[in-house]
Amino acid sequence: MEENEAPVTLIKGGRVVDPAASFDATADLLIVDGVIREVGRVDPPAGCRVIDADGLTVAPGLVDMHVHFREPGFEYKETIAGGSQAAAAGGVTSVAAMPNTAPANDDPSVTGYMLQKARAAGLVNLYPIGAITKGLKGKELAEMGLQQQAGCVAFSDDGYVVMDSGVMRRAMEYSRAFGALIIQHAEDSGLSCGGCMNEGVHSSRLGLPGIPVESEEVIVDRDIRLAELTGGRYHVAHISAAGAVAAVAAARKKGLQVSCEAAPHHFTLTDEAVVGYDANYKMSPPLRSGIDRNAILEGLARGDITAIATDHAPHERDSKQVEFCRAANGVVGLETLLPLSLDLVREGVLGLMETLACLTCNPAQLLGIDGGTLGVGARADVVVFDPDEAWVVDPRRLHGTARNTCFAGIKVRGRVKKSLLAGRIVHSDGR
Amino acid sequence: MISGHSTWNRKHLLGMEGLSRDEISTLLETAASIREINRREIKKVPTLRGRTVINLFYENSTRTRTSFELAGKRMSADVINVSVATSSVAKGETLYDTMANLEAMNPDVVVVRHPQSGANEFLAQHLDTAIVNAGDGRHEHPTQALLDILTIDDNLPRLGRDNFEGMEVAICGDSLHSRVARSNAIALKTLGAKVRFVGPPTLMPTRAEEAFGVKVYHDMDEGLDGVQVVMMLRLQRERMSGGFFPSIREYFEFWGLSRSRLAKAAPEAIVMHPGPMNRGVEIASDVADDPDRAVILEQVANGLAVRMAILYRLCAGRRKD
Ligand SMILES: [Zn+2]
Repeated sequence: MEENEAPVTLIKGGRVVDPAASFDATADLLIVDGVIREVGRVDPPAGCRVIDADGLTVAPGLVDMHVHFREPGFEYKETIAGGSQAAAAGGVTSVAAMPNTAPANDDPSVTGYMLQKARAAGLVNLYPIGAITKGLKGKELAEMGLQQQAGCVAFSDDGYVVMDSGVMRRAMEYSRAFGALIIQHAEDSGLSCGGCMNEGVHSSRLGLPGIPVESEEVIVDRDIRLAELTGGRYHVAHISAAGAVAAVAAARKKGLQVSCEAAPHHFTLTDEAVVGYDANYKMSPPLRSGIDRNAILEGLARGDITAIATDHAPHERDSKQVEFCRAANGVVGLETLLPLSLDLVREGVLGLMETLACLTCNPAQLLGIDGGTLGVGARADVVVFDPDEAWVVDPRRLHGTARNTCFAGIKVRGRVKKSLLAGRIVHSDGR
Repeated sequence: MISGHSTWNRKHLLGMEGLSRDEISTLLETAASIREINRREIKKVPTLRGRTVINLFYENSTRTRTSFELAGKRMSADVINVSVATSSVAKGETLYDTMANLEAMNPDVVVVRHPQSGANEFLAQHLDTAIVNAGDGRHEHPTQALLDILTIDDNLPRLGRDNFEGMEVAICGDSLHSRVARSNAIALKTLGAKVRFVGPPTLMPTRAEEAFGVKVYHDMDEGLDGVQVVMMLRLQRERMSGGFFPSIREYFEFWGLSRSRLAKAAPEAIVMHPGPMNRGVEIASDVADDPDRAVILEQVANGLAVRMAILYRLCAGRRKD
């Protein structure tokens, strides 16, 4: 067992990549009392713990701005403690947790409860996302100001769309008082109604009711107009449709405060994966066509998509071991986040620096949180990984409670060796 | 007559997708030779004595269930019907559990009808018993396609043909929700026929041309022009007020099969329907009852033979001794 609370740690001889500072060089990282003290050539002070990072990459702990930790209310799917374990194992040191719990996080008391649970687990910085509307019902605004005071860093009804244009307008207007980011789960519920996979050739052949890309695109188009009307900060969660990527790109060009995130499953897989009806390929939004996948890759390459987020959505086995259309939406993603994102580097979509920016400082900036940097004086949230080590995703060996990965049996490359949270080792590979 | 090499070593019959011409031909040859049993005075053979067939039906279908039941019984199998009302699904037992319980009784074949697309595939992946898809959601209904193909095959002489190559077949109506349309389109294409989907745009599968290799027509007269086989689909009652089209009278006016409309097809064209028919909704009574055109009762008779053939092939393939 590694000694956990060493006051001084030196991570030695790794390739240190800090996108926040555009730093990429072989260096040592000195951590004292949970804070980064020095980056450069450092001789180990007496009594310090040394982590040999020779041949490894040292980066800011990853920031995942979109996870579901299911607590309170759905502890049989996952708990905050279990989700935290998965995060630590994936090199993720900060997560933003969506409010679709039971009760929903539309109240400071729920926010406080989540923060307390996360602190008790002590494996990840958890940043709650508050509900836009009371009970996620899309009708009345939730207490955004009070929720922000209690610790919420953004607002979303994720899992549901804010369908009413008037309510969405007010949410964007009102949130300006608090500078808060409004995150939309963009899905026109009339267009997606009854659908359980992407609408296209594969849904036709499989006889599964489809969800057209327009379901996402019409909401993103509408919301961008509302962002222009209101001056609010608007963010599209888990973007999946080519037309939505184009709309976000155009809005950003216009100078609007519009952003979006992409999930690894959307830039890695297409709806062809649903052939075979395995419910582990069922998520919302669904896996899309190759055209959409390419648009996401291009959006990342051009810098229109600035964040990669997992939409980590744990489920118990029973809700996936059913007929496809009856299965729950969602897949876990924290432990495959880094290797699948590194595929972007290997495929030449982005450089390592840009990829890590999407995983660290960019989402941190969108949420307005500390973290995502290795700057001197910053909290020592660090991931040490081997960018090339290959491993096969085995659902039984995932951390946390849930096993619903859509990458079971897939060989990936890139393995987290150590995760440090404020200088404490919270995950060590092979332990 | 469809001919090919005798091939069948599949464990399940889940759909027409992926079946080769030889496999289809094998099933039809088996059905054609079994058909004779149904014309005997004593319509029973001992072929499947000691075998158990379970009909697991999550949707009501007296017609298909009876056909499978009779198919098993005429070959001396023990046939058990299990109807799972939607209420017991609400009570919480999953499809997996129901099927696992049945499997514990060691049946040879389970015939499954289920309202969800892919339910049969799901069972085949998780459990060990041979499965026959008797219709899953809007996905496939392979025994219906096989009986339709056998019926067309029987009628080749009157169509002046000796095979399916280049034959024009129009599948008309609600192909979006139709497993019959999907299974038939896939199988007919395998056999070399040209397939058209005819119906309103709201009832067409997305990108049907690409998905199934069919031609899509929204005009019934154009869609029927010169075809030798007119395959009508059943319009589901529950779709009628679903906003897919404005009214039944409008539907019949534009997409119903009337005698005058049938005149657009080839003069010798046959008319098929998977039943049960909605007379005056998708098909006019005088067309449905026209002995020179309608082969609807031949389809029913062939259904029995095809299902006997399937049960026989799946049990024979599973013989352990
Ligand atoms: Zn969402």
